[in-house]
Amino acid sequence: MTTIDPTAHLTAEQIEELGRELDVIRDEVIADRGEKDAAYIRRVISAQRKLELASRGVLLFSIFPPAWLLGTAGLSVAKIMDNMEIGHNVLHGQWDWMRDPKIHSTTWEWDHVSPADQWKHSHNELHHTYTNVIGKDNDLGYGIMRVDEDQKWHPLHLGQPLWNFVNACFFEYGIAAYDLELGKNLQKRHRRNPEFRARAKAVGRKIRKQVLKDYVIHPLLSGPSFLTTLAATFTANLVRNIWSHSVIMCGHFPEGVQVFERQSVNGETRGQWYLRQMMGSANISGSRAMHFMTGNLSHQIEHHLFPDLPSNRYAEVAVKVRALFEKYELEYVTGPLPKQVLSAWRKVFRLSLPNKKPKGKTPAREKELVAA
Amino acid sequence: MTSAALRSRAWKLLEMVTTPLLPSDYLDLVSPLRAGADLRGRIEAVHPETGDAATVVIRPGRGWRGHTAGQYVRIGVDVDGRRLWRAYSITSPTDRQDGRITITAKAIPDGKVSNHLVHRATPGTLIQLDQPTGDFVLPQARPAKVLYLTAGSGITPVMGMLRDTEFDDVVMVHCAPQPQDVIFRDELHGLVADKKLRLTEVHTATDGRLDIARLGELVPDWAERETWACGPAGLLDAAEEHWTEHGVQERLHTERFRPRIVVAGDDGGEVTFSATGKTVDADGTTPLLDIGEEAGVLMPSGCRMGICFGCVTPLRAGAVRDLRTGEITEAEPGVLIQTCVSAAAGPCDIER
Ligand code: FES
Repeated sequence: MTTIDPTAHLTAEQIEELGRELDVIRDEVIADRGEKDAAYIRRVISAQRKLELASRGVLLFSIFPPAWLLGTAGLSVAKIMDNMEIGHNVLHGQWDWMRDPKIHSTTWEWDHVSPADQWKHSHNELHHTYTNVIGKDNDLGYGIMRVDEDQKWHPLHLGQPLWNFVNACFFEYGIAAYDLELGKNLQKRHRRNPEFRARAKAVGRKIRKQVLKDYVIHPLLSGPSFLTTLAATFTANLVRNIWSHSVIMCGHFPEGVQVFERQSVNGETRGQWYLRQMMGSANISGSRAMHFMTGNLSHQIEHHLFPDLPSNRYAEVAVKVRALFEKYELEYVTGPLPKQVLSAWRKVFRLSLPNKKPKGKTPAREKELVAA
Repeated sequence: MTSAALRSRAWKLLEMVTTPLLPSDYLDLVSPLRAGADLRGRIEAVHPETGDAATVVIRPGRGWRGHTAGQYVRIGVDVDGRRLWRAYSITSPTDRQDGRITITAKAIPDGKVSNHLVHRATPGTLIQLDQPTGDFVLPQARPAKVLYLTAGSGITPVMGMLRDTEFDDVVMVHCAPQPQDVIFRDELHGLVADKKLRLTEVHTATDGRLDIARLGELVPDWAERETWACGPAGLLDAAEEHWTEHGVQERLHTERFRPRIVVAGDDGGEVTFSATGKTVDADGTTPLLDIGEEAGVLMPSGCRMGICFGCVTPLRAGAVRDLRTGEITEAEPGVLIQTCVSAAAGPCDIER
């Protein structure tokens, strides 16, 4: 839907060939997947648990400022690890091949107010299948923002920088609401739907447990450090929320990322699907620690091509994927975190206003893909 | 409040502290073998027995209930990062003082778990355990005369019996290709020297297979003996026939190794949806998700292209092929498959 289709130069055969080359990359990782990978995820899980335990321990004394700082920092990191490198990836089934029922997409639960199964539906099924398809992929603007020139402007969009900021601060609640499709389901005729009510109840239960743990039980256990522990947990949740929101915004919002029309996915071939993932995602460049803290979502492009490959493999896969981008003369959107975050925010601000000038005729992308 | 009620309250509180994890997730970090944990064991030593057999010494977790001589245990071992479950006879006596148990594995060609245990397992490794089971055991009342008829690794449950219970009159006929292939050979010969056992070794590489009709030459009073036989199917079939022919079948107890016979072919097979009770023919290229839906089975699904894991379903029997990689997955307890990218590779049973 951009004025210039960056894939217009590819023929249908080339697109299928690209798909086959990507399949080869995938097969190589699968053939080689084994003990080392299993040891990796076990190590990460055990480190996360120890860090969380230790941080909570330190926070018992958070009445002393150094303890508060240390505990809050540790807890923030632990929560980020839980959500990003572990939770997100386990729930994608990346580790199901190990057949360990304790590290499995069907049994995992995370430190998040959205119950794992609901998130799996909205994220794995809807977002990953319909990546960046307007009207089908709710991740695009999370249903509350305008993220593409072609979306109709409404005066309400003026406030979207504010919504986006609030959403960042309470991101886990935003995701829970989004999993519930609250916008749609709160309309009168949907509200009574028993299925929706059951899901809303499940979210309510999860929220209660999470809140009770973070804001009642742990502060109470801290005795005299009640208030400081409460503040520490709140801060850790805030840090985790803003961090994951930023990382996720970098995945599909920065300039250069394409969005697609509803019809463009009808009858999509495997090659075209791959191509859509390539053009609809953006990476973050940086150090190994940065990749780890983003749950390797800094390799968003690779993740969208191969959502079920173990996250520790994305870095090596990225080298090969990038070579394919070059071979097929496609733009690999990537950049350091601050740049990508800024780019995404700039778009949020820009699109909160109506389009500047009437745009020229846009070539319908689906026609090109089919006709090409 | 009773102490049980108190304890359950305390546990609830602890669960609130650790939510969304369970207290056990943290306890497992420090004490995976504790009472109340999922049953596990730790490999403490691996002793070679022959060129391709080894005894694995395992310290079971506190929840271990103990076994009866002759029983087997299912163990879950991570091979190349993937958990695989197999059953092995327990070869240690029931009254072993240090609380450890042993199993003895013989590496079979292409046997993932057996090769791993014999050649690669290292002390310190945690494995998963089930409680011991099996009714290939000795009776309460001791028979006066006993015959053990074994071949290859069929000796393992019998060794568990030999080490556990002494009889006045025990004969053993054991078949192995060559003398050096006889597992526990030194120990058996020790028992012979102590006059606790009479042993006949049949070396099939030189003597040929044991002809059961000639058993009478080796053990003239075989028909009077309470017999425990374990080995490959051919031997056991022949024994059952022989004992029945002579009208003494109630004296014969057999234990069959259950080799997993999976016929993995290219052209699909009959698919059973066991929860619904439907059986349909499937070719080797149509995803099982489609097959099930066409048959009117309620199948969970999502992306239908192998990425969302919304369609995973237990595979109870048989084998399926991953349509993307060609990889074959065989049924094992706990194995889940993605029905949208798996096709039947022979007859199989899907829990739907
Ligand atoms: S339906 Fe999505 S993985 Fe099978």
